[in-house]
Amino acid sequence: MANTTTSVEAPAAPAETETWDQERAARKDTREGWLFCAPYLVLFVVFVIFPAVWGLWISLHRYDFTLPNKPFIGLKNYTSLIDGSSPWSDVFWESLRNTLLFSVLSVPLLLVLPLAIAMVLNQKFAGRNLFRAIYFAPYVLGVAVIAVLWRYLLDTNVGLVNYYLGKNIPWLTDVPWAWVSIVGVTVWWTLGFNCAIYLAALQGVPRSLYEAAAMDGANRWQEFRNVTLPGIRSVLVFIVSTTIISSMNMFGQSFLMTNGGPGNETRTAIMQISDTGLRQFDSGMGSAMSMIFMFFLVLISGSVFWLTSRDSDAKSQKKSKAKATA
Amino acid sequence: MTTLTPDHKTPQQMTPEQIRAIPDQDGGPGEGRRRPWVFYTLLGFLTLVFIAPLVYMASTSFKTPEDAISTVPQWFPAHPTLQAYERVLNDPSTPVGRWFLNSMVAATANALLAVTTATLAGYSLARIPFKGRKVLLVLILSTLFLPPVVLLIPNYLTLNYIGWLDTLLAVIVPGAAGAFGVFFMRQFFVGLPKELEESAFLDGASRWQAFYRILLPLARPAIATLLLLTFLTNWNDFLWPIYTLFSPEQQTLPAGLSTLQSANSVRYDLLMAGAMISAVPVLIIYAFTQRFIVEGIASAGMKE
Repeated sequence: MANTTTSVEAPAAPAETETWDQERAARKDTREGWLFCAPYLVLFVVFVIFPAVWGLWISLHRYDFTLPNKPFIGLKNYTSLIDGSSPWSDVFWESLRNTLLFSVLSVPLLLVLPLAIAMVLNQKFAGRNLFRAIYFAPYVLGVAVIAVLWRYLLDTNVGLVNYYLGKNIPWLTDVPWAWVSIVGVTVWWTLGFNCAIYLAALQGVPRSLYEAAAMDGANRWQEFRNVTLPGIRSVLVFIVSTTIISSMNMFGQSFLMTNGGPGNETRTAIMQISDTGLRQFDSGMGSAMSMIFMFFLVLISGSVFWLTSRDSDAKSQKKSKAKATA
Repeated sequence: MTTLTPDHKTPQQMTPEQIRAIPDQDGGPGEGRRRPWVFYTLLGFLTLVFIAPLVYMASTSFKTPEDAISTVPQWFPAHPTLQAYERVLNDPSTPVGRWFLNSMVAATANALLAVTTATLAGYSLARIPFKGRKVLLVLILSTLFLPPVVLLIPNYLTLNYIGWLDTLLAVIVPGAAGAFGVFFMRQFFVGLPKELEESAFLDGASRWQAFYRILLPLARPAIATLLLLTFLTNWNDFLWPIYTLFSPEQQTLPAGLSTLQSANSVRYDLLMAGAMISAVPVLIIYAFTQRFIVEGIASAGMKE
């Protein structure tokens, strides 16, 4: 674009060939740039961009893909969910509440426990990489394996857990136990993921900062508060948002361990959306649900982003104030 | 040590807390301290928590149906047998061998497709100054935040129209459209020095030659990591295959495990055998490449 303006302003012959060359090079870059992207873009357009738009369109229809007639009904799918006139309404909002409950229960554990373990692993001792590898191991197994495995271990009658506790707890068939189980298994399964990211971040905190803290006579808590936490801040924001998003998208654990039960107590949003849209052939309603779900997800991640960026401002202000008074 | 006067502040006179706070070579505090037994006990306990369930899964897969539901846990099967494996591998309604093959084919094909397209696009978006690049980059990266469930129903309908439902193509192709690979490869190519291609261009190399002969060999570690991560993600994917693959002989292992569980909900010997067949290949790959996998994920987290 810049080249075209120069060619207009510079009529001299040598400059003209130069800009002509530049223009040709820029055109070549543009052709090659798009060519290199083309194979991915075919996939991207067909399976990401088009469905994202089409999903919105589907949500405005009574869309049963097995029927020839798919009448346009405007926002009726949305309004009937919101005012409760749809038969899906109750179970959908319940599934959203369940998803939120699961996130509220699991996210704090998945933020704190991996950090504690990463801080232990960040010290120098024999076999440290081995321990890191072991704690990460469950994460490489899929949700199907871990859910089938834990359904066995948590079996009320023949499960290991009840045997060693000497109890008869209905881990998967009654609340609140079903939530305790699902949250516990999720923490067991995904803790290593956050732990690995924390550990990499902790190793990037410059040792000179710890030395300075030691010189200032900082105790262990002060060191954590003023050196470790600020040092891993950007990674912390990443972990908080990915953990919230993956918790909100929980599906397999409920599907395989409790099948959403007892009743609909552990049915999650993803379970409800896929069931409505693909099993019960109400794709319009399912799409409307997924849009509402996305709205809440955007709302939550937006506020997390806002909170963390504001918090850091406040903290750095406080810090500089403390420095000034010291 | 003793040559210094007592009122000089030296490292030797630091309090234990101060010594503890000195980080070691890797940035962590506490070099050279002897770890108390409490420390190793804690690590050992955690190891037990993570390993014991997997050991018990292995043990039960070699049990008889009766031993698998014995109320007293058998860490070693009382009557070791392969009958659970024989049964799940030979039952036509739960062809675990076929699922294994399907998973292998699907995960390999998906990883190759995703990594090839992502490497080309990642290179282009990092190093070719083309018209529309910024807009395209923002568009692609913003879909990282799109919840996958929004695409679930429309993509299902698309596959229904083009006749890919209940075929392995359903779990190979759409999954390769995700933006993570492009993001990952772009981050890698952005970090390489610009002179690499410029000198190649001066020698008369074309864009493709510069990419293929100079940048691609340098990208091998990143490509290997992405291949691994993509393979594992596809191997473990659960939601999409359970809805798009329905015939027993078309399923992948995770979807199959769900079928196996509904068919034999308390035959834990069979379920553990099926789970072992899904888990062991992944654990073997993990044992040899855990550094790549863990560090690949950690670095993706750091880059964000």
